[in-house]
Amino acid sequence: MDFRDSPEEAAFRERLRDWLGGVAGKYPTSGDEYWARQGEWHAELYRAGFFGLSWPKEYGGQELPPVYDVILDEELAIAGSPPRPSLGYLIQGLGHHASPELCRRFLPGMIDGSQRWCQGFSEPGAGSDLASLTTTATPDGDDYVIHGHKIWTSYSDVADWCLVLARTDPEAPRHKGISAFVLSMKQPGVEQRPLEMMSGVTTEFGQVLFDGARVPADQMVGAPGEGWKLAMTVVGHEREPSTLGYAARYGKLVRQLAARTEGVIPDDLAWAAVQAEMLRLHVRRRLSEQLDGVTHGPQGSLDKLLMTWVDQSVGHAALAVAGTGDQEMFGSYLYSRAQSVMGGTSQIQKNIIAARILGLGA
Amino acid sequence: MDVRLTSEQRQLRDAAAKLADELGPGSVLDLADSKRRTRLEDAVSGTGFRELRSDGASGVEVALVAQEFARGLVDVPFLGPVLADDLQGRLDGDTGLWTVADTGIAIDAAGCDRVLRLDGTELFAGPVGDAVAGADLTRLAAAAGGPWESRGDISDGHRDRWRALALTATCADLVGVARGAQRLAVEYAKVRAQYGNTIGSYQAVGHLLAESEALIEGSISVLWHAAWAVDELDPPEALRAARIAKIYTARAARTVCETAVQVHGGIGNTWECLAHVYLRRALVSTELFPVRLEEAGLGLS
Repeated sequence: MDFRDSPEEAAFRERLRDWLGGVAGKYPTSGDEYWARQGEWHAELYRAGFFGLSWPKEYGGQELPPVYDVILDEELAIAGSPPRPSLGYLIQGLGHHASPELCRRFLPGMIDGSQRWCQGFSEPGAGSDLASLTTTATPDGDDYVIHGHKIWTSYSDVADWCLVLARTDPEAPRHKGISAFVLSMKQPGVEQRPLEMMSGVTTEFGQVLFDGARVPADQMVGAPGEGWKLAMTVVGHEREPSTLGYAARYGKLVRQLAARTEGVIPDDLAWAAVQAEMLRLHVRRRLSEQLDGVTHGPQGSLDKLLMTWVDQSVGHAALAVAGTGDQEMFGSYLYSRAQSVMGGTSQIQKNIIAARILGLGA
Repeated sequence: MDVRLTSEQRQLRDAAAKLADELGPGSVLDLADSKRRTRLEDAVSGTGFRELRSDGASGVEVALVAQEFARGLVDVPFLGPVLADDLQGRLDGDTGLWTVADTGIAIDAAGCDRVLRLDGTELFAGPVGDAVAGADLTRLAAAAGGPWESRGDISDGHRDRWRALALTATCADLVGVARGAQRLAVEYAKVRAQYGNTIGSYQAVGHLLAESEALIEGSISVLWHAAWAVDELDPPEALRAARIAKIYTARAARTVCETAVQVHGGIGNTWECLAHVYLRRALVSTELFPVRLEEAGLGLS
């Protein structure tokens, strides 16, 4: 057991730190400005050799152990740089389920940041109950034609491609009639509408309306009716703190709040500090387990729940210290309310833990 | 960074778990079974677990044994003797059982002959006095009023590391207690039926137990770091790691144990239900070498 960096990890951290010193302050870290320039940031990180660390070399990654992603996340937070664009779950989804041809065609651009992606899963009527989605994909010659309405689509305003789930067999049981496609966002029949969040941010999420958008049949990921399997891979990875990479940011926020506090640290902040430290260590333990080849299925729900508690605890600390008058801190509080909804609500995570980890079935 | 247990550590953990499962109390009635306790005492004293530190074992190994013993509600001394062993090592020819004092009380003192206390860096030895009433039904507290004889000084570093070890060992106890209580509650929720279904199948119960499970996972992560830090970080950093772990694991364990009582319904509030035995042990382990929430803020700003 060793919580410290190995010599190789320490050298990597040093190199990264030097590089980050050179780009300090170049990119905004929050709000609409952050979302607007995230693509540039992604590409710059990649060019410097600091993105795609744990992904296959074949597609532009470096095949380093996943702990390197933690070092990256920590140093980005310490340097005050924007976070790592979170694409891991899409890459895992394609990597596990797409044909080698599709992987070769799409993964390099996804990893190097030259092409931007969004995830077309949720719908106005299908959030936590994703399998009830009603977007349809109907065969027409060599294409499928897509009709439907997606929501909570991150980066939909700038995305080149969308990994979209659509119903291809309305007669099949609802989990079995869904297929996954790689669909171009830059084509007729795709309309993007921004969605303003309660924090005032307008460019993070969008709604996407598909009205006869065409997707070539050979851009189906996996076989017809196998979309649900891909969805489960994606949401499984979406729930790992290692994928989301926020653990280091909570510690940073806690220290910023502490710096504004005179005298005794308020209880809300002290408790947030304890939890943020817990999450930092938890991510290390989880990633080390992956060195044994352990893949986290339902365990991701435990991690997601822990992360949500930490996020919202830090949000409460921000309120306790800075109140509602400070735009940045108030924004971080408001944003924290989404954590128990996005990537599967806390209630859904608890259902998964109860049924699949504790065995508390009906 | 590689935060995994070694195979030797896993073997040690499994051996401690086996012993606790076989000879620890499986019910409240078992607590009064003196034959069982004698067998448990013989087994524990034969393992060398109480001398882990003078055998060169790390804080991680102490934590692993402490965790499994708490999970199995082991009701013979471990925490006190292992902390005494860290302070003075094995004394030539001495066959007595030693424990340590915290704020004037000899902790975990059942069957102990002698008690050690630190005053600054000076170590004192004294007799174990009469039993003191306490909430914990598995570990005995006793008076530690002297007379004291000086055993000389230990270094500042040793004192701080010992303190970090003491905090970490109580954290491990808290994690073990939480795991034991959670197991009890989950098993109960699988068999107890109401309205024609097991209560665990209802979200109102399932969600409580899911929250407990997440708290336990977080507790394990923070405990491992503190346990590793005892020997691997500078004493002030080891102490900081231990304080963070103590605050987190104490809050988590209390919630998990209270949930276990709740999930058992009316029965959970009776003496016969083991849930309160876990809760009591958790509360006492929280009070041993206590850490205040505001101490987590030290060094933040």
